[in-house]
Amino acid sequence: MFRFENVKYFEILDLPSLFIEEKRITTLFGESGSGKTTILRLLNKMASPTEGMIYFKDKKLPEIDPASHRREVTMLSQEPVIFDGTIGYNLNAGRYFQDMEPASDGSLKDVLKRVDLKKDPGDTAAKLSGGERQRLALARVMLLNPEVYLLDEPSSSLDEGAEEMIFEMFSAFVKEQHKTLVMVTHSRYIAKKYSDGIIYIKNGSGYSGEEK
Amino acid sequence: MNGIIELGFWQVLSAYIFVLIVIVVIRVRGIKRELDVLIASVRMTLQLMITGYILVYVFNNPHPLLTISIIIVMEAFSIGTIFTKFKKRLSGGLKKVIIAAMGTGSILCMVYFLLAVVRIDPWYDPRYFIPIAGMLIGNSMTGISLGIKNLLDGMTSGKALVEEALILGATPRKATKAILDNAFDAAILPTINSMLGMGVVFLPGMMTGQIISGTSPTIAITYQMAVMLGILGTVSLTVIISLHFGYRTFFNKEAQLIH
Repeated sequence: MFRFENVKYFEILDLPSLFIEEKRITTLFGESGSGKTTILRLLNKMASPTEGMIYFKDKKLPEIDPASHRREVTMLSQEPVIFDGTIGYNLNAGRYFQDMEPASDGSLKDVLKRVDLKKDPGDTAAKLSGGERQRLALARVMLLNPEVYLLDEPSSSLDEGAEEMIFEMFSAFVKEQHKTLVMVTHSRYIAKKYSDGIIYIKNGSGYSGEEK
Repeated sequence: MNGIIELGFWQVLSAYIFVLIVIVVIRVRGIKRELDVLIASVRMTLQLMITGYILVYVFNNPHPLLTISIIIVMEAFSIGTIFTKFKKRLSGGLKKVIIAAMGTGSILCMVYFLLAVVRIDPWYDPRYFIPIAGMLIGNSMTGISLGIKNLLDGMTSGKALVEEALILGATPRKATKAILDNAFDAAILPTINSMLGMGVVFLPGMMTGQIISGTSPTIAITYQMAVMLGILGTVSLTVIISLHFGYRTFFNKEAQLIH
């Protein structure tokens, strides 16, 4: 689905070749600062390679309209921004930006239940804790309809039990929806348990297969 | 009762007592603005004196090139004032947008207003062209300054929000909509407020000038109404152009924020 050819991004990344297959869960695994987040940003077109080419479904990324691409390939950043307003407003923000109709109250309540956020859509979003904000942001992208989800450490503010629950739920969600998921994690356990394939990232270069 | 009271040298000089009062008051209060007040007063005096003599010459020797040259100087001065106000905060792209907005917006409105509304004849008649163009350009300058200030502030403080909106699939236009709406509001508000208070809270300068110089208040009012509508149109158009093209200068062709 994604193909990297001799991609460089300043001094941060040097990836002669990299493949990400569709309808699978691929994990980018590596130490912090190794360039994992940059890869997600390249996939989402929030950054562009300084050299080389990335292909999405055999089409060159620079030839694809950025906003349409980001609607196909939706990213959840590590520290997602929560907008001023209610939880319901935040849940519908992504749909608003993508020119979609707001989700029904029932859908909002249902998605809050799925991410185990015990709040009402009418509650204010300002007072949420770090973990609650991550759940809210995850629920926000679940209300969109992309082909690919990119998740950047979606559980960094959650405790271990909650982390496992979120991955269990989300991996089931992408499988049932036949979506592609590329995620970044620093947890070897999560990477091995939930991924169909792992790409190890070390000092800006990557490889598949067994960890070296 | 009839005729204009001409202000003699000593009468004008006696008005400078206000400058002295202000300087004494701020000195006593330790506000350290004496020099600014002094410079502003001296500059105002010199600029108006020079302008007065130039206008006398221009009115006595009307010529299309002369009128056009004066309009260009006014435009250039107002653009320069905006650039100076923002110092290094303006990118090259944003500067070009400001020039284009001031140029096209104010000139389009000016031409329509003078030739279709007031219908001056000849078209370059400096007695009408210069003062009315001055009002339109001056108000556009204030409008663009306010609009650009709010755009810059919004793009700085709301950078994370804009970035998040882009990540979620917004076009740059949609990602900056709230900032642009707010900037437009801020830019147009002084004009709206001045229209709301006009005739009740204060009598506008142009109307006051006409009345003092002997024009019937009813004629002065029609002029003021037309000019105010002209100002509203010009400010709105220049601000819309500057914001519509201005926000794009913050993004590259891949719809990424330029840092």
